[in-house]
Amino acid sequence: MIEFLQQLTNGISQGAIYALIALGYTMVFGVLRFINFAHGDVYMLGAFVGFYLGPKALKMFSDGPSYPGAIAVLLLAMAICALIGIVIERLCYRPLRERPKLTVLITAIGVSLFLENAGQFVFGADPKSFPDVITDRALEIPESWGKISGLTITISQVLVFGVTLVLMLALSHIVRKTKLGMAMRALSFNPVAAQLMGINIDVVISFTFGLGSALAGAAGILTSIQQPSIDPLMGVNAGLKAFVAAVLGGIGNLQGAALGGILIGLVEALVVGYVNPTYRDPIVFGVLILILLFKPTGLLGASEREKV
Amino acid sequence: MGGRSKLVLILVLVASAIASHILSGGAEPHIPALNPYYYDVLIGIGINIILASGLNLVNGYTGQFSLGHAGFMAAGAYASSWLTLSYGYVLGVGSWATTTAFLIALMLGGIVAALAGLIVGVPSLRLKGDYLAIVTLGFNEIIKGVIQNADAVGAQRGLGGMVQHTTFFWTFAFAAITVYVVVSLVNSTYGRGFLAVRDDEIAAEAMGINTTKYKVLAFVLGAFFAGIAGGLYAHYKQFIHPEGFNFMKSVDVVVMVILGGMGSTAGVCVAAVLLTILPELLRYVAHIESLPEWLRHVAENRMIIYSLLLIILMLTRPQGLFGAVNLKKKRA
Amino acid sequence: MSAPLLELNEVTMQFGGLKCVSELSLKIDEGELVGLIGPNGAGKTTAFNMITGVYRPTLGAITFAGKSVVGHRPYKITARGIARTFQNIRLFSSLTVFDNVRTACNMHLRHGILYALTRGPKFAEEETEIEKRVVELLDIFGLAGERDSLCKSLPYGDQRRLEIVRALATRPKLLLLDEPAAGMNPTEKVELMKLIRFTQEKFGCAVLLVEHDMKVVMGICQRINVLDYGRKIAEGTPAEIRANPKVIAAYLGKEEHDA
Repeated sequence: MIEFLQQLTNGISQGAIYALIALGYTMVFGVLRFINFAHGDVYMLGAFVGFYLGPKALKMFSDGPSYPGAIAVLLLAMAICALIGIVIERLCYRPLRERPKLTVLITAIGVSLFLENAGQFVFGADPKSFPDVITDRALEIPESWGKISGLTITISQVLVFGVTLVLMLALSHIVRKTKLGMAMRALSFNPVAAQLMGINIDVVISFTFGLGSALAGAAGILTSIQQPSIDPLMGVNAGLKAFVAAVLGGIGNLQGAALGGILIGLVEALVVGYVNPTYRDPIVFGVLILILLFKPTGLLGASEREKV
Repeated sequence: MGGRSKLVLILVLVASAIASHILSGGAEPHIPALNPYYYDVLIGIGINIILASGLNLVNGYTGQFSLGHAGFMAAGAYASSWLTLSYGYVLGVGSWATTTAFLIALMLGGIVAALAGLIVGVPSLRLKGDYLAIVTLGFNEIIKGVIQNADAVGAQRGLGGMVQHTTFFWTFAFAAITVYVVVSLVNSTYGRGFLAVRDDEIAAEAMGINTTKYKVLAFVLGAFFAGIAGGLYAHYKQFIHPEGFNFMKSVDVVVMVILGGMGSTAGVCVAAVLLTILPELLRYVAHIESLPEWLRHVAENRMIIYSLLLIILMLTRPQGLFGAVNLKKKRA
Repeated sequence: MSAPLLELNEVTMQFGGLKCVSELSLKIDEGELVGLIGPNGAGKTTAFNMITGVYRPTLGAITFAGKSVVGHRPYKITARGIARTFQNIRLFSSLTVFDNVRTACNMHLRHGILYALTRGPKFAEEETEIEKRVVELLDIFGLAGERDSLCKSLPYGDQRRLEIVRALATRPKLLLLDEPAAGMNPTEKVELMKLIRFTQEKFGCAVLLVEHDMKVVMGICQRINVLDYGRKIAEGTPAEIRANPKVIAAYLGKEEHDA
């Protein structure tokens, strides 16, 4: 029982990371109807921002790990990644907006490969050790809590839950209550009408990329807090899994992305815990193929029909 | 109509046979064999032509974006290698016998790859664009994963010890055959179906074309040739490893197809030649002492250059070198 | 009274909560020229899509030449003898005029992939035959001179004609035309009317015409069905339809609404 709960806990905390990244995929798909292959690499860049600028940011608060310092690193990474996302969109995707989807897809693959290889070139291919931004400790639930005693939760896991929750609430608020958020939704429902209503597509798209990339950057920091070993190719696997999560939830649907992320995290944890760790990746791919074959619109997604 | 291309095919086959004989130093009067490094590059060109032409049928002519071509190459490489290693002498030990065995193994390897292509082709019926690309990528990983866990073919250790049956002749003979098949198929009325599927699936169905058949056929044929290429590769290098057939390898082939211009076999062949030579050029540049250190490092990392090439191509000339397809205007 | 060529029986198309077509019944006899009209959104193209197999009707039966066409792939339905053009021109944009029509000959090929590869005498013979047929068709419709031009380079009116030629290459018994006069000027429309009548006579096929231009519809159709909000509200000869108060109300009502 405890083991099961343990797997669940680990799964949810990993799932939260996937959810944050998946949100970016889904938002961009919603407004541009295309899958930003390079999104996973922004997550990687977030981790590296933390690696290079983290220690300096921490110094501003105290002489070592601290909570305010951690938050500062997080916000810094989010800001820089948002900028990176906006720049990529402006340089590589915006000029191709009138072209067939295939062209943009190939470009996105190019950007992704460039970021990965340039990353290896600039940062070096070997894994780096992320600085300690908080003092991580494992908390074991005491005997007095009865049934669930013995369960171990680390402070970093709590931080991941907490930050993810806060970020998702913030996103939800932005999407539902702010003008830009509503513009995003309008754009995803009907681009032509949105433009006719006077919405500046360029601004909204930049904003969407910025938001999504910021979340990916946050995910990068949160992952690195839990698992301090980072390398330039870390975005490949995580990006792919997050993509599967976005599709599982229903691409274009924000709640779907969050749900999908958690589900994939759980599936992974259960496979690692109860089946066989080497089957973890193939099974996630298998999930992708199954959804695309049987319910391509995902769990919460809506059907899109081509007009004949 | 059909006669001329058949004539060209036969000419190329004869020319390759002669060239092969000369290059290996067998001609009289004695011409020394070609420098092994250049020979290497030539074989590489031949194999890449096969890979790129096959993929062009899928991506270029039929408009199905496949990112998993290396998986089919792997299937062919491993299947044919296992066969020659296990049964290479079943027909006898003389050179005719072993060569025949090699050819049979090569064909069977192609068929195994074609079966893989069939399996991957089926999802392509329901998926388009981005989704299809990711699924084909997924299958590439799955095939690689299967090989990595298959002890009978060396798993993570790789598979070696194959006899070097691949000669200049076989490589270019198959390259010529691949190009011939793709070109004559696509230009026939039967083959125009592929293009119709690419241009407008719904209209194609309405005109009586079985789009399913064409999509699956494209994958199967493309995979078959990739399998042949894989077999040729395996019996040249005499050692194969699952990591050699990963996503990066698939991207290598995709870049050739895009650079050449999707839907132009001539373009794709030229691109195959260019992109086989490019890494060698880069390696050379990386060793030029007079260049700044960072430039030499970049030259070493060909993926940085490839990825930039992809981005710049898409931004400036998406139709590649000889692309016939108009990729400038978005469908209304 | 022989059996109708095409018969729709209480056909309904429902997408989620929206009923695009409700209990539609209509028939077309061999060689007839029938119109299908109605205000925008009445469900005319949806009806076409159901007949050609692009959509599967939620309810109801559609039979062609006595056999049901429900649940079959579009290419199979085309093989039975139903061809169509599209509301938004769907030519094969990267192909020439000649090749666009040639693709429609694909379904009648007697040889398969092996012949295409070995290119023996049988192959050459069939290819020549196809070429002859395509050029003949193009010639009849005045497009033979453009055979090697990219279809995209043709003027709009010619492109529409090419779509019709392409559809005819499938040797249909029933031709569905979806707003063929859209975007044409009055002279072109008169030409189109002549063309459709000519097609019907020369090729002996029935025609189901969806069209907004009343002059065209009234001018050539023998019978007209009128749809409004997915339901058939009237059927009859052009004269009957012109005088039908329900039809007038449907169109006028729409106009008032849009004003």
